[in-house]
Amino acid sequence: MTVAAEGSPPLRMTRARRNALLQSEPVQGFALISPTFLYALILLVLPILVVIAHSFWTQHYLTIDRTFTLENYRIALTEPIYRDLLWRSLYISLTVSLFTVLLAYPIAYFISFHGGRHKSLWLFLITIPFWTSYLLRVMSWKVILGYNGVLNSGLMGLGIIDEPSTALLYNSSAVIITLTHAWAAFAILPIFVSLEKVDRTLVEAATDLGDGPLRSFLRVTLPLSAPGVISAALIVMIPTVGDYVTPKLVGGKDGVMIANAIQAQFGKAANWPLGAALSVTTMLIVSLIAGATVLIIRTLQRMAR
Amino acid sequence: MRARRFLPGGWLSAYAFLYIVFLYLPVIFLPIFSVNTAATPKFPLTGFTLQWYEDLPRTPALLDAAWNSLIVGVSASLLATVLGILAARSITRYRYPGRRTINGLIMAPLVLPEVIVAISMLLVMLQLGLSLSLFTVVLGHVLICIPYSMTVLTSGFEGFDRSLEEASADLGESAFGTFRRVTLPMVAPAIISSLLVCFTISLDEFIIAFFLTGTEATLPIYIWGQLRFASKLPGVLALGTLLLVASFLLMTIAEILRRRAARRTQNEGGLYA
Repeated sequence: MTVAAEGSPPLRMTRARRNALLQSEPVQGFALISPTFLYALILLVLPILVVIAHSFWTQHYLTIDRTFTLENYRIALTEPIYRDLLWRSLYISLTVSLFTVLLAYPIAYFISFHGGRHKSLWLFLITIPFWTSYLLRVMSWKVILGYNGVLNSGLMGLGIIDEPSTALLYNSSAVIITLTHAWAAFAILPIFVSLEKVDRTLVEAATDLGDGPLRSFLRVTLPLSAPGVISAALIVMIPTVGDYVTPKLVGGKDGVMIANAIQAQFGKAANWPLGAALSVTTMLIVSLIAGATVLIIRTLQRMAR
Repeated sequence: MRARRFLPGGWLSAYAFLYIVFLYLPVIFLPIFSVNTAATPKFPLTGFTLQWYEDLPRTPALLDAAWNSLIVGVSASLLATVLGILAARSITRYRYPGRRTINGLIMAPLVLPEVIVAISMLLVMLQLGLSLSLFTVVLGHVLICIPYSMTVLTSGFEGFDRSLEEASADLGESAFGTFRRVTLPMVAPAIISSLLVCFTISLDEFIIAFFLTGTEATLPIYIWGQLRFASKLPGVLALGTLLLVASFLLMTIAEILRRRAARRTQNEGGLYA
């Protein structure tokens, strides 16, 4: 027993109120999530802030000069090497997201509308290859597209070509093919989820009111599944811009992407601030493009109605 | 009555079949060439051998890498799942302001280029004077595993009938007793499923380990090193096949458990839906 417990009524009141507050939903919920939240704060938000800070500094050999400068950004945006790498990374990631979404939509549609009882089995089948090592999946494309690879030896065996083609591997097309394959499952899932939410009676209503299958698809199903298309595009586009393994393994000289340049700045070239500026620039450009994609798809969705 | 739908099912089925072939074909080449006698992977196949598999246990560097991967995978999946349980429970059980923002932040590693996550963590760890080791790899893997853990666990926790816990408390169980005897059995499959998913991700993760490890290699880093030498390729293919089988088994068990968890709490969907 403490003195406070026997104390005056107002004091007991505050304690009661404090207890009530501690047991209230918001406080308990927040307390429960705070370890995870702090973890993300310390190991994600703080590091990104440190990167942003570094991008405004300069490096002299091993010491970092902390005077504010925009020089790194000038280099990142105007030096031809980095400008080209940024453009190429964007081009590759946009192409890959377009292809993955286009290829994934019919599958997601098929599973959602014709999957019957086996929907989850289909989804599981599609996600299995995604759970195998990314490194190995990229490597298997190297095995397929290489000079002595599966495709070349197969085509030669069939008599279609006389000597192995070097055009298959070590260029940006190889990067695009590999990435499209690697991210396929990621695009199917969000589209499938949004197709599942499409009210089937609306499709029937459109048909009853005289819309043909194609028209009712274009005017009802497709616009209603736009949110899934948006998240599929983003989920593929954002990580592929910064892909490191694929360009390194199958990209050759023509397929190098921005992540390889960022890595070089933190490795051999050892210019952290420039690497940081390249990272921030990449994140900003990706966010802009992502925002633009959302806007474009939303506009198309509205026009379709 | 079935409404007429855009595109007949027949065409779509054919497309679905081709798509599955496209998804699986590259992966299938790994096991095929891992039992081929020729050192370069090309057709026609030259003969069957298990030599590349037999060589694996005789490679000390590989065994070290496998051991490192095991340590990292177990630690990362345990930590990520504990943090995932806390967050998923909070998200599904309580309503409070800022809930969505916090959830978004925790899920953010899913939509950030991994290279950027890796280099930003690298910068901070070097600034803090932490020397790079398997420990720093674990820290990184936990961060990227939490979103997956959350997804699996939220699907297990959602639709969880709170009245069961209340009933248990009313009948005189302590908070801990309620947790152990009511909550835990209901969510155990989801928790195990989360552990397996996280372990699989950590086992296969390359970029973060590549940046955050010191001298110790994990399996993907070992593979990466071997890829430079053409003559080592069959060994890599054999190792890759083993990893493939391991991931496949782990994910199948995880999915079965997750479904069981979802069924227990009468909830559909989850990692895939």
